[in-house]
Amino acid sequence: MAELQLKSVEKTYGNGFKAVHGIDLEVGEGEFMVLVGPSGCAKSTTLRMIAGLETITGGEVRIGDQVVNDLVPGKRGIAMVFQNYALYPHMKVTRNLSFGLRLRREPKDKIARSTAEVSGVLEIEDLLDRLPKQLSGGQAQRVALGRALIKQPEVFLFDEPLSNLDAKLRASMRVRITDLHKRLRDEGRPATVVYVTHDQVEAMTMGDRICVMKDGHIMQVADPVTLYERPANAFVAGFIGMPEMNLVPAVLTRGEEAQITIDAQTITLPGVKARLSEVEGPVTFGVRPQHLEVTRPDAKDALTGTITNLEFMGHEVNLHARVGDANVVCVVPTDKFDTTLGRGDLVGLKPRASHVHLFDTQTGENISLPKSQ
Amino acid sequence: MTAFSDIPQTPSSHDGVPTALQLKLRRRARTSAAIRYTLLIVVGFIMIYPLLWLVGASFKTNQEIFASPWFWPEEPTFQGYVDGWKTSTPYTFATFFINSMQIVIPKVIGTAISCTLVAYGFARFDFPGKKVLFAILIATLLLPDVVTRIPQYLLFRELGWLDTYLPLFAPAWLAGDAFFVFMIIQFLRAIPREMEEAARVDGANTFQTLIYIVVPILTPAIVSVCLFQFMWTMNDFLGPLIYISTVEKYPVSLALKLSIDATEAFNWNSILAMTVLALTPSLVVFFMAQKSFIEGISTGGVKG
Repeated sequence: MAELQLKSVEKTYGNGFKAVHGIDLEVGEGEFMVLVGPSGCAKSTTLRMIAGLETITGGEVRIGDQVVNDLVPGKRGIAMVFQNYALYPHMKVTRNLSFGLRLRREPKDKIARSTAEVSGVLEIEDLLDRLPKQLSGGQAQRVALGRALIKQPEVFLFDEPLSNLDAKLRASMRVRITDLHKRLRDEGRPATVVYVTHDQVEAMTMGDRICVMKDGHIMQVADPVTLYERPANAFVAGFIGMPEMNLVPAVLTRGEEAQITIDAQTITLPGVKARLSEVEGPVTFGVRPQHLEVTRPDAKDALTGTITNLEFMGHEVNLHARVGDANVVCVVPTDKFDTTLGRGDLVGLKPRASHVHLFDTQTGENISLPKSQ
Repeated sequence: MTAFSDIPQTPSSHDGVPTALQLKLRRRARTSAAIRYTLLIVVGFIMIYPLLWLVGASFKTNQEIFASPWFWPEEPTFQGYVDGWKTSTPYTFATFFINSMQIVIPKVIGTAISCTLVAYGFARFDFPGKKVLFAILIATLLLPDVVTRIPQYLLFRELGWLDTYLPLFAPAWLAGDAFFVFMIIQFLRAIPREMEEAARVDGANTFQTLIYIVVPILTPAIVSVCLFQFMWTMNDFLGPLIYISTVEKYPVSLALKLSIDATEAFNWNSILAMTVLALTPSLVVFFMAQKSFIEGISTGGVKG
């Protein structure tokens, strides 16, 4: 196993379109790194450049201490799991698993041993004599995983491997992959993983660290907790978290305490001033739906809004309210929800000041992170 | 008529006796099936009759061939086959069949290899001038054969290839049949690249990817190409007519014509008998390849 380094890696296509704008990323040995972002953010392109399936037009990719820019995929010490499994349709599962080893002309008994071991780990022993078309989606994905595992590569690359599975299977495969990663780590052969997904749940639950991308740029690289609690910019703030963070245009004034004005309603945010940079004026005010408290209208330091919709989710209720021109979502645990509230009622929404974020309207940067960050 | 599976089996009433409505529906379904199948059988028979007649007439005597349009021979005889096989030349038809195979086999193999290589190149790689080259390739599809006959003849004469089989199969080794290249390209385009990428990640080089992954997936397309090439080459008359001048080297198609030319009173039954034999290889090859022709192995490996 080895670490992976991307140094100002660029991708420009033949038609001049620049997909990846010089990104820097380091993935430590045995680390599970998730690349996440909306479609078209070049996360798959980045992964394919690491794999060697796309040429690198600038910068360098390093696996271990070797620059791999000009190495063919087979020589990079990587294994890849594809979204649509990409099993070889004319080979039985056994041969699908051992194809890479057979190409390397490994001895037959070693191939047999590795196949047995990997199929045991992934519980696919009963499928070894089947053709890919006789497998279900989950089974096929396990075989694809086995084909990567059997090679004992330096770096594992996953390209949205679970997006073709149904929700239930996806959840169980997610656990299976993270379990496997931990197990390999415990067995003393940690696996370096780069995992591409557009699903933030996958990203948050699986990644040691997450790299959020947008339009070929890295927006932030951090562990899930940091990403959630201290998003570096409005994009990350809005992308991570369910439901999305409320991002509302506001005006910031700095008196004794920081105050923001939204639609002629001014509220004080106690304790926020200390972590603010010297900014005043228009900002984007961000608060997660989980960090809004429902109070009576006109309560102190609460924004007053009109309820536009209520979504009952089981354990919680999503309350949609209109504050000025903005739509604000608030998540209330079902047992604390005041059932007399209904559409059209006025309601007070009090942000928990310790959890609010203020973003620069121009750059989108978070201006309310503690100075030490 | 109950053997037809598309007649609805209406469930009978509880006591097992069909109701009047059920009887009516069943009768109507049977009548419509009877009409449908009769029509199909009649049209099918009309279509296949010339072939039936050909086979039947090859067992007739020369007098009987023109006496009755019915295909069944009254006094079946193998004389047509015996005479036809001997031919009016010093060679038997065996020679001509061997000659045909000497053209067909290298041509089919050459076509399969060269067209797959060229199609793989066009479908999967980017190289300078690809668009122009592909346009030229497609343009040759539109070129009528006759236009190239004379330049080709002159070219092969300069190479000293006249009266050899080379002009007949050498172009096939250079992917000369744009149609087949095009056919394989279209097939390849429908196959996701991920399998080839997976093979490359598994350590296969371009050639190994082609042999171990692409060719097996392409099998149905390659079989179709071979099948077409086999049949077309077996039936090709003009090519051998232009380039082959020695009777000893004649393929079957020319030999058939030979038996018409050589004698004044045509032995129609022996000509027909040899025609039947000439058709046989194509039919046998077709039925052998049918399974792979139809079987789509490309599905299954990738979720579509």
